[in-house]
Amino acid sequence: MNLIRKKAAKRKFGDNQIIRVSVRIMAPFIQLFGLYVIAHGHYSPGGGFQGGVVLGASFILLSLAFDLEKTLKSFSESMNAVMANIGVLIYTGTAILCALVGGLFLDYAALNSILPIGPIEWRSLGIFIVEIGVGFAVMSIMLSLYWDLSSGGDMDKGL
Amino acid sequence: MKIFALFASLLTGAILLYGVQDFAPWGDPASPANSHVSSYYIKQTVFETHVPNIVTAVLGDYRGYDTMFETVVIFCAGMAVICVLRRSRH
Amino acid sequence: MTDLVSGIVAKYNYWIYVILMMIGLYAMIGKRNLVKKLLGMNIFQTAIILFFISMGVKRGAAIPILDKAGTLANGVDPVQILNPLPHVLMLTAIVVSVSVTGVALAVMIRIYREYGTLEEDEILEKLDR
Repeated sequence: MNLIRKKAAKRKFGDNQIIRVSVRIMAPFIQLFGLYVIAHGHYSPGGGFQGGVVLGASFILLSLAFDLEKTLKSFSESMNAVMANIGVLIYTGTAILCALVGGLFLDYAALNSILPIGPIEWRSLGIFIVEIGVGFAVMSIMLSLYWDLSSGGDMDKGL
Repeated sequence: MKIFALFASLLTGAILLYGVQDFAPWGDPASPANSHVSSYYIKQTVFETHVPNIVTAVLGDYRGYDTMFETVVIFCAGMAVICVLRRSRH
Repeated sequence: MTDLVSGIVAKYNYWIYVILMMIGLYAMIGKRNLVKKLLGMNIFQTAIILFFISMGVKRGAAIPILDKAGTLANGVDPVQILNPLPHVLMLTAIVVSVSVTGVALAVMIRIYREYGTLEEDEILEKLDR
């Protein structure tokens, strides 16, 4: 009885072999589904915000199943912050690029002078590029909110 | 305190329900919400942007300025949580 | 008087939104725990989002995802398609709701660290001292 209690005290509460193996198998498929939802925003319900939340949920699942320190070793906080910034920069960069090339701010048809595929096709492509930026930003912020709130700012012991 | 809160909520609910009589009936195609700009969006989206999903086209192209500031809002929320909660280790 | 009653009772869907809103409002001002106030705010926001979405419904209409080849050939009738504008505005509202909940929870963790309690009257007592 004492031996069982000592072994249980060494293991943490959620550290189960079944959960670890199944989460490790499921996480790439959830990320693939998240990318699918972002990319098919033109033809089915979806888009940047929805796909970003699904992508962030796959990393939150990994943080829940494994320890927070192990997850931070594979996807560090500085990388997370860089991805959030890249997301916002893609959106505002596209908008400013449209203004620099000659049109108005966020006027995707003016980008026709860089790569001539037609102004209507550029509007469709511009929406797609902008949704990628939104997806990255939402994924990183979901993850950062979960890490900070579950560990109280210290980043040492999660849920 | 709770009686006062209950009375205030019921009074607000009664005033809101009194204002309901001016609303359009449910599912009316000619209500003011369905008349002005949204019929333009429904008619012209596929011709002007070649995107079949009207919600994504309006969010990304016609109202792209709002979505840009939306992304900045969620980024600022993440930064605010970091600023409030991190403490330096001594 | 009967005109008033029939005008309000006939539009029965608005009753659901007003009742949800009032549950949220009572939780925000009537409860003493801070977490319950935050949940009340979330219920209020959900009621507002439902109200906006219901304003865009048309009877017998289809969802606002069109058929590209058919529309480029024939055109589309706006009476047959749902209003897409409330859906767009409510996407922004949902993201704002998530952000406000995140920051409020972070501030609550700091309050708990500082005062040791999350009840409003105990915090006010400790502040007065």
